[in-house]
Amino acid sequence: MNDALLKEFQALVGQENVMESETDRFAYAYDAAVLAPVMPGLVVRPTSREILGKIVKLCNDNGLPLTVRGSGTNLSGGTIPSKGGVVVLTNALNKILEINEADLYAVVEPGVITAKFAAEVAARGLFYPPDPGSQAVSTLGGNVAENAGGLRGLKYGVTKDYVMGVDFFDVDGEIVKSGSRTVKCVTGLNLAGLMVGSEGTLGVFEKLILKLTPPPLAAKAMMAVFDDVNKASETVAAIIAAKIVPATLEFMDNFTIRTVEDFAHAGLPVDAKALLLIEVDGHPGQVADEAEKVEAICKSLGATRIQVAKDAAERNKVWEARRAALSALARVSPTTVLEDATVPRSKIPAMMQALEAIATKYKLTIGTFGHAGDGNLHPTILTDRRNTEEWHRVEAAIDEIFDVALGLGGTLSGEHGIGLAKSKYLEKETSRATILYSRRLKKALDPKGILNPGKIIGE
Amino acid sequence: MTEMQELLRLLGELDDQLVGCMRCGMCQAVCPIYGQTGREGDVARGKISLLEGLAKKLVQDPEGVQDKLQRCLLCGSCAANCPSGVKALDIFLKARVILSGYLGLPPVKKAIFRGLLTRPKLFNKLLGLASMFQGLFTSPVNEVIGSSCSRWLEPLLGERHLMLLDKRPLHKDVPSLDTPAGASGLKVAFFPGCLADKIFPRVGHAVLKVLAHHGVGVYLPENQACCGIPALSSGDRQSFEKLVRANLEVFGQGEFDALVTPCATCTSTMKKIWPLMAQGMSPQDQKRIAELSAKVMDVNAFVVDRLGLTPPAPKAGAVPVTVHDPCHLKKSLGIAAQPRTVLAMNPAYGLVEMNASDACCGCGGSFTLQHAEISANIGMQKRDNIKASGALVVATGCPACMLQISDMLSRSGDQIAVRHPMEIYAESL
Repeated sequence: MNDALLKEFQALVGQENVMESETDRFAYAYDAAVLAPVMPGLVVRPTSREILGKIVKLCNDNGLPLTVRGSGTNLSGGTIPSKGGVVVLTNALNKILEINEADLYAVVEPGVITAKFAAEVAARGLFYPPDPGSQAVSTLGGNVAENAGGLRGLKYGVTKDYVMGVDFFDVDGEIVKSGSRTVKCVTGLNLAGLMVGSEGTLGVFEKLILKLTPPPLAAKAMMAVFDDVNKASETVAAIIAAKIVPATLEFMDNFTIRTVEDFAHAGLPVDAKALLLIEVDGHPGQVADEAEKVEAICKSLGATRIQVAKDAAERNKVWEARRAALSALARVSPTTVLEDATVPRSKIPAMMQALEAIATKYKLTIGTFGHAGDGNLHPTILTDRRNTEEWHRVEAAIDEIFDVALGLGGTLSGEHGIGLAKSKYLEKETSRATILYSRRLKKALDPKGILNPGKIIGE
Repeated sequence: MTEMQELLRLLGELDDQLVGCMRCGMCQAVCPIYGQTGREGDVARGKISLLEGLAKKLVQDPEGVQDKLQRCLLCGSCAANCPSGVKALDIFLKARVILSGYLGLPPVKKAIFRGLLTRPKLFNKLLGLASMFQGLFTSPVNEVIGSSCSRWLEPLLGERHLMLLDKRPLHKDVPSLDTPAGASGLKVAFFPGCLADKIFPRVGHAVLKVLAHHGVGVYLPENQACCGIPALSSGDRQSFEKLVRANLEVFGQGEFDALVTPCATCTSTMKKIWPLMAQGMSPQDQKRIAELSAKVMDVNAFVVDRLGLTPPAPKAGAVPVTVHDPCHLKKSLGIAAQPRTVLAMNPAYGLVEMNASDACCGCGGSFTLQHAEISANIGMQKRDNIKASGALVVATGCPACMLQISDMLSRSGDQIAVRHPMEIYAESL
């Protein structure tokens, strides 16, 4: 970065908010994806939305690649910067601007932490359902840019279902407004919809309008134990077929069960082939009714044991086991590759069989858990990225997982995004025309290609 | 082999620990420094990446990496909350040693650690002298807390409200002890630690009173040395080992069931850091460390777990007391219930919990001197939580936390006393 330009950035955001040393920059060369780091040229931390807009313009005027970063928890490399580019941090833009209890919406800056927002909303007696696994640190801007999911996706949907509006900067630093504070809005193109999941490639978020809902009045959790993975998968399908939509319907395979038990000593049945963790919520009457039906379905489809949580403590215990899954698996080996290929939920039995075959074929350890209710499984490959030979097998296995998922009518990514990690697979799921259309769109909106280049649709 | 190659080799030895970090970034939720600065280089994930970058020659600036490593309270919040169980504290301590070995120790630290701290007799004498003259440069500012401030020393100490060196350090009143086990049938070695000896001797006296009350024999040898953590956290392994050996020497001569300290940091250092850093020492020293470390206990944990206390019901009109959980007790050793039980032994006090009682107070040893502003900002959050609890007393099992919290409360003009749980119990005896 030349001195004159550096001074311009410093003049905009203040010297203390510009990081140029090698060590400072290297700390923004990565995100949570298992990919090689890329060194940015500069890191800036704007302290107001107005300054954010000016930074976007300055980058565009000088043709500098710009990657917006919230907390850098991305699992697909979406926040890995371009070499020599500018990383723009949103974590100083962390104000909740409005929580409107009468009209059930909130307006936030992009750097607000998801869990803090959810807690603030809960304190007002309302509910913001999206709960990605990284919610304790992830930002709402990042959630919208990645269209983050979570455990409640099945019943409550994902981040896109809660985005009412996005105001964003175009590459010239001008504010583009889309959506509104009303439930219904058909004014103009649905640009907010275009922004959701765009991974920072089409605009830079200025503020977000998010939908809130009343919280469920009651909830009931249970754990169903199976001696056969197929029986568990069939149970998932049967629950949905019975017109019951649980808030969460989570799956753990035998390897995950054993690993979690070794780690957390939660009293899980280590000989079980599969576990389903199920929670129904809503009006107390409905909850009691649905819990009973779910229990009956589990039994009729061969669950060997069903444990219904009697109180909050027991309910917490059920979810503790699920929350411990990734931690427990992550401790087994140095490198943890968490995939999120997703299939229509009726195809879960087929997907489970394929994963088992892939693990055997490539001689890899794969623990599978995840959101069975919405078809979003997380096959987790336990490996050591320093072992080159094994890493090649991991890459081949990932290719095959995607092929299988797509063959079953599924998708490359349920909730982690495409970023750098999966952009090469995009055409397999879509078409050449889809990629060209997307690139033309990007070229029109961002002629110099400064907005998070290389993500989703390649370069 | 050039020094740079040696540096890379030593960093390479950390690789098995570094590789466990999956860059999930969950440490951002709990790191007190990141909470203040929002800078990735300040959080464990960033520091671990930098060490990996240095080892793989992706980063060429060892000074820059060392600077980042020093921006850390060693509170262990990251390690305690790490989904993949990365031992971040172990990594950072070892890395500080490696980098100080390569870059050298700053002259001031070298003078303090090697010329003073490692010579317990001289250290005691010099601070004894200082305690006589400090009054000339300071004036009392808060009676409840017992703090002072200093216009004269402002360039050095900033706006700090200080707890002065006590004119009668513990070692002056009680130079040594060797009493047999009484009714309890137990005997302990007592390691007051530098702060409970020189600044808070009242804590040391309280511990001795409680131990005597329960019929616990005490072995308190002369010439105890610092536990070594100030030297080690600056990367000075040489001084650290010297201090460890000095303590092995004095405690090796006694027989006891447990070694107790009223300082969370000393406890955690002797119990976990000594064995961690023992590798380079002689097999004989390693064996002695293993034996002694196994006996080290926080004094609250000792009286509750080994003596079996049963607290009485609190009296009406009890003084509200809140507890700050030191990082080196709760996050490092999992001790949180015992200090509360110790407090409950005095029915004149009633526990009121503060918000985020286990959030770091921001002291971090010399961190508070090198990064005064960040330290004070973190400390003020603690102060706000203490104040909001409505307590008139805050109790904590770590004299270093006591220093920082006293400073914060005193600067805010609060009339809230800062005590060690053992003091509160001793008051009832």
